[in-house]
Amino acid sequence: MVGKKKRKGSKTVVNLILGFICFIWLLPTLGLFISSFRPAADILQTGWWKVFPHQEWTAGETLQLSKDVDLRGPIEVNGKTYSDDQLKAGVKADDSRLIWENRRARTINVQEQGWKTTPDLTLDNYNNVLSGKEYKLKEADGSETMQKGTGLSQAFWNTLTIAVPATVIPVLIASFAAYAFAWLRFPGRKTLFVIIIAMLVIPIQVALIPVLKDYTALGLNGSYLGIWLAHTAFGLPLVTYFMYNFISQLPKDLFESAFIDGASHFTIFSRLILPLSVPALASIGIFQFLWVWNDYLVSLIFIGNQPSVQVMSMKIADLVGSRGNDWHLLTSAAFISMLMPLAIFFLLQKYFVRGLMGGSVKG
Amino acid sequence: MDAQLKPKPGVTGTQAKQRISARAVLLSLGVLLANIVVNGLIFMFFRDSTLNPLLTAVLAVLWGVLGVYLIYYTLTWAVEQYPDHIRRKVLPYIFIGPAVIILGWLLILPALRTLYLSFFNASSEKFVGLSNYAAIFSDHLMATALRNNLLWVFVGTLACVCFGLLIAILADRSSYEKIAKSIIFMPMAISFVAAGVIWKFVYYYQPGDEQIGLLNAMVTYFGGEPQAWTSMLQPWNNFFLIIILIWMQTGFAMVIFSAAIKGVPDDILEAARVDGAGEVKIFFGIMIPFISSTILTVTTTIIVFTLKIFDVVMVMTGGQYDTEVVATQFYRQFFMYRNFGYGSTLAIVLLIAVLPVILINLRQFRKQGGF
Repeated sequence: MVGKKKRKGSKTVVNLILGFICFIWLLPTLGLFISSFRPAADILQTGWWKVFPHQEWTAGETLQLSKDVDLRGPIEVNGKTYSDDQLKAGVKADDSRLIWENRRARTINVQEQGWKTTPDLTLDNYNNVLSGKEYKLKEADGSETMQKGTGLSQAFWNTLTIAVPATVIPVLIASFAAYAFAWLRFPGRKTLFVIIIAMLVIPIQVALIPVLKDYTALGLNGSYLGIWLAHTAFGLPLVTYFMYNFISQLPKDLFESAFIDGASHFTIFSRLILPLSVPALASIGIFQFLWVWNDYLVSLIFIGNQPSVQVMSMKIADLVGSRGNDWHLLTSAAFISMLMPLAIFFLLQKYFVRGLMGGSVKG
Repeated sequence: MDAQLKPKPGVTGTQAKQRISARAVLLSLGVLLANIVVNGLIFMFFRDSTLNPLLTAVLAVLWGVLGVYLIYYTLTWAVEQYPDHIRRKVLPYIFIGPAVIILGWLLILPALRTLYLSFFNASSEKFVGLSNYAAIFSDHLMATALRNNLLWVFVGTLACVCFGLLIAILADRSSYEKIAKSIIFMPMAISFVAAGVIWKFVYYYQPGDEQIGLLNAMVTYFGGEPQAWTSMLQPWNNFFLIIILIWMQTGFAMVIFSAAIKGVPDDILEAARVDGAGEVKIFFGIMIPFISSTILTVTTTIIVFTLKIFDVVMVMTGGQYDTEVVATQFYRQFFMYRNFGYGSTLAIVLLIAVLPVILINLRQFRKQGGF
């Protein structure tokens, strides 16, 4: 079978190309992951790839040249001549490398090549970033007190406190509405639903300024309720649309008999529809949950700078702004914020993809 | 999608139009009031609470989740007190009520108010007509933001769609399809802020010999000069930011294309192969036409997403070094300069940009036999 052989050959090529693309895709995250376990000093001195075994020049024996060697002319070492610049940068001689150890004292180091790893790995960065750093505060009377800054652990719980209701509330409200749109007849039904469809891709920037004004007037700024409501409103169009598509497809005779038996719509909805919709609810719920978990803009606008309510994305963005070179904190903080999405992604990928397919109209 | 579930005549016909009892009215008003008061009190309690944050969080979650359910429960219970014909009229509005109220208050009305504000000056006191619109299209900063945003939309979307298609095709023929797709798709799950940190680290530049940023390390390894990728090299630095979007959104395009490709009938492909068509010809002649509507959907989704791009730019550069886009400029005008006129105008510009997509959505909905 010539064709088969050809197919096999092309399969190898396909796998190679795909493997290469996957490697490139993984590399940035891998770098962050490895760096988050390295001591702060190491991160800044050597690239993260140095934790793997690699060839490196290591210091060997020292050669002493005579003190009166002229550095401007050619310098003779072991019968070969080199220039000063070469020796400054390091120059290869056979299978070792010559480099100034102390230019003043005219000593040259003969470096040997050897396998090296820098395997110092620690959990310090994580402890550090989760518990928060201590810092001194000067009181008005001049005395100093030690205060613990809020760590990321507080932000983690805040994010969870915001994300769970901001997922459940819109999903529940949207399911009720979707049921009514699908199975009840009432004046204004079409108009309202068309409005909801139109809202699917609306940029939330359009709503932020007036909503912030209202929140300020009502004292909702920086409160859990305020941020839940905001996320609920911004997520509702998509979740309603998604749930409508599912609920309206359910076979009618399913609940017709229940209705004849005198069950109310509320009973039908909570005893029949909700249990039947579990897969759909899980899909869109996961989508909404990750959306809220990863959100930055909405939190930035409605939480402001109250550390007690701040979410992780804000904390990390602050870290980037204020301590852009503290890579040991940044890497571990970013990784902590990724834990939840990644766990959901790998455990519930099927649902996540389904929610995404349904959500492929939301930007 | 068809007629409402009508109870069979005779089942409820006996209790035809009943009178509305005073008890029902009182009860339903009481329930409504109780809902408002109880939830209001709970809210006050949380706002001023000094409990342990973890306990507060747990209680807040309980309240948020149970509270909503109880609102529906009590309201439907109140409606049950009325005679049938009233109940049937009111019940749908209880089901859609919360959704409509929240959407109206936090999305629809604000959009109209933003439109209104965009005709006023910075402090929303003086009517200035269309001069905000004229200003943002002539202002240098704004022009940069608009230019960059177009760059994002065009380059980002094109790259995501092409890569997504390429990887979907490759994965379809590979025995490692699942793993490969997971790896490419993974960035989709993480936040743009975290992605910003990841890539900041890749692009990191420090003066000196030893580069800890992957890109600069590679450049110096091949004998080049290390660069500050995201701050110098304008306007090319925008492309290095767009790469982050490509890294995150390609997985999305790939997943959807992958599902669409699986839908191409095998016998057509086999027939074409038997006729001696090459793989490239099959791809352009059969696959692309077959999944063209999917391509359109994915393209629109990514365009809409890219129009509103905000987090990446904020984390990577804060909008400095000429990397400003419309959403970051909106945030700057509205939050830092307190210029409500400019802020609203920029928001409306974004809205105008997505209008075609809204119309497409509505048309499609009608085509699917929406109602």
